[in-house]
Amino acid sequence: MSRRPVIEMRNIVTRFGDKTVHDGVDLTVYEGEIYGLLGGSGSGKTTLLREMIMLLRPTAGTVRVLGRDLARIDTAEAARLRSRWGVLFQFGALFTSLTVAENVAVWLREYTRLSSATIERIVTSKLEMVGLDPDVGSLYPAQLSGGMVKRAALARALVMDPKLLFLDEPTSGLDPVSAEAFDDLIRQLHRLLGLTIVMVTHDIDTIFNVIDRMAVLGDRKVVAEGTLQEVLRTDHPFIRQFFGGERAKVRLRARGIKV
Amino acid sequence: MDSENDFSLSTGPEGTVLRLRGVWRIDRLDAIERQLSHLEAKLPKHGSVVLDVSGIERIDTGGMIFFIAFRERLKKRLRVRVRPLSADFCRMFRLVKRFSRPLPKRRPPAFALLGGFLADVGQASERVVRDFLLFLNFLGAVTLTLGRSLLHPASIRMRETASNLYKAGTTAIPIIALSSFLVGVVIAYQSAVQLQKYGANIFIVDMIGISIPRELAPLITAIIVAGRSGSAYTAQIGVMKITEELDAMKTMGFEIFRFVVLPRIFAMMIALPLLIFFADIVGIYAGMLVAKAQLGINPAQFLDRLQNAVDVRHYLVGLFKAPFFAFIIAAIGCFRGFQVAGDTESIGRYTTMSVVNAIFLVVAVDALFSVIFTELGI
Repeated sequence: MSRRPVIEMRNIVTRFGDKTVHDGVDLTVYEGEIYGLLGGSGSGKTTLLREMIMLLRPTAGTVRVLGRDLARIDTAEAARLRSRWGVLFQFGALFTSLTVAENVAVWLREYTRLSSATIERIVTSKLEMVGLDPDVGSLYPAQLSGGMVKRAALARALVMDPKLLFLDEPTSGLDPVSAEAFDDLIRQLHRLLGLTIVMVTHDIDTIFNVIDRMAVLGDRKVVAEGTLQEVLRTDHPFIRQFFGGERAKVRLRARGIKV
Repeated sequence: MDSENDFSLSTGPEGTVLRLRGVWRIDRLDAIERQLSHLEAKLPKHGSVVLDVSGIERIDTGGMIFFIAFRERLKKRLRVRVRPLSADFCRMFRLVKRFSRPLPKRRPPAFALLGGFLADVGQASERVVRDFLLFLNFLGAVTLTLGRSLLHPASIRMRETASNLYKAGTTAIPIIALSSFLVGVVIAYQSAVQLQKYGANIFIVDMIGISIPRELAPLITAIIVAGRSGSAYTAQIGVMKITEELDAMKTMGFEIFRFVVLPRIFAMMIALPLLIFFADIVGIYAGMLVAKAQLGINPAQFLDRLQNAVDVRHYLVGLFKAPFFAFIIAAIGCFRGFQVAGDTESIGRYTTMSVVNAIFLVVAVDALFSVIFTELGI
């Protein structure tokens, strides 16, 4: 494999008080793939994601993102790194006091000296990329539906043209139709923009339709890493439990994979 | 960074050629925009122009959006050709082109100076009237639930009332003690200076004994409690509304007024008189200390004078007002909490409103009582 690793986590240990969440987690995300972090609730998927985006420091172990060791970079480099990725939080985390357009524009207004006309152009275009009508720009987050909040938040995450995108449960809380549309959107943007995407999810549909490679967390470790086929070959009780449910079986059969 | 984005303008056989260079990434776009706006002025007014993009090393979607906008602007007056087109540039161009419609026409902001002012006044007045009607509605619902609760005392939520009593009453004791002590000191100090001039030292007892229990202790206590607990009521109920806890209670058949509002109002109506009584003691004690220090009046003398010369009705008037203040604070706190809607920002807005309204109404009602009692000769 000659692909370039974008994120490398080595021997990650995370403890909150005396509760150990991760005990020796290893994983690698390669350039250009859609990578899924899977696992039951409480298995520390979101925690792992937060460690990748410098919201949390692991107790031990190294995290390298885009070739930088997160434990030993200075503030200026951290700021540069932050501008190279976009994050979509689980509930959107749009700023409630700003309109959608202002939310998308906030990074541009803060860090560039572009004219308002250009900013407006970019905002409209990004909103359209995520499938929102430009008129939505003048609404406040409280006036949007769940799916629109996620789309608007995605537009905000995409505004600085990141190469790396983090999604925390992108389809949770969406109805099946919106969830599928959002999956489509992610796939489309991935193809068009050449993004590397890391997402936390436990949506079976997303796992089957969107994700290229994945890590399954269980017992405080990564119990399996690889493509769906590779993960399914791993004989671990957790994998059997995770993919043994009716919802997963139906899809596996549809793909001609024996369970 | 600017040097690599040096654009050049030349005139050749094909007409004017604008050479674009550099990295068109969104974080460098502002420099590019500045430079291009200079060059744009130097372009011919009509005719044709060739945009040479071979020098652009990298371009992202932000850069391309800008490029397309720039090209559209030129197209209005010039014939524009772009060359030579690399595969990457084309791909990005097509990608972004899909997502850039021309900007929707903006409606001019529809306001005239005077009209806007009148509209603002009208809207504000309408809001005041509507708030008042809503508040009356709220009071009606509270009274109804109160009546029912008094008929069936067993339905009163004792546990919630007790916990609110602790939060609004017990935990407020330190700050009430400190504030009323300081008020007692201030009043005593200021009157001591004046009274000494007339040799009327002993009248400091009357001064303290009347002003503290009758006016100052109730008012100070009510204001502090409005800031502490009235605001807490609004924020708590507001959050419960946003997280749909109130809706959950409704669907489970819990009456919100019985479970959420009445315990808070009861707790406040019990806590505030007690706190005022406590503030009376501390305030008078502070006055007594100052009287000893500044005017040489013994505590024994002070207490004797307090008992014989100052009527107990002053103290009773102060306590009589307490339940009214308490009701105002708790009712407004809850009422504003129910008005919270939608976003987190409205919690802040209504909490502020709740405190301001409650303090204002407390002062207004106090003024009303002051006039009534004086006219009645109490």
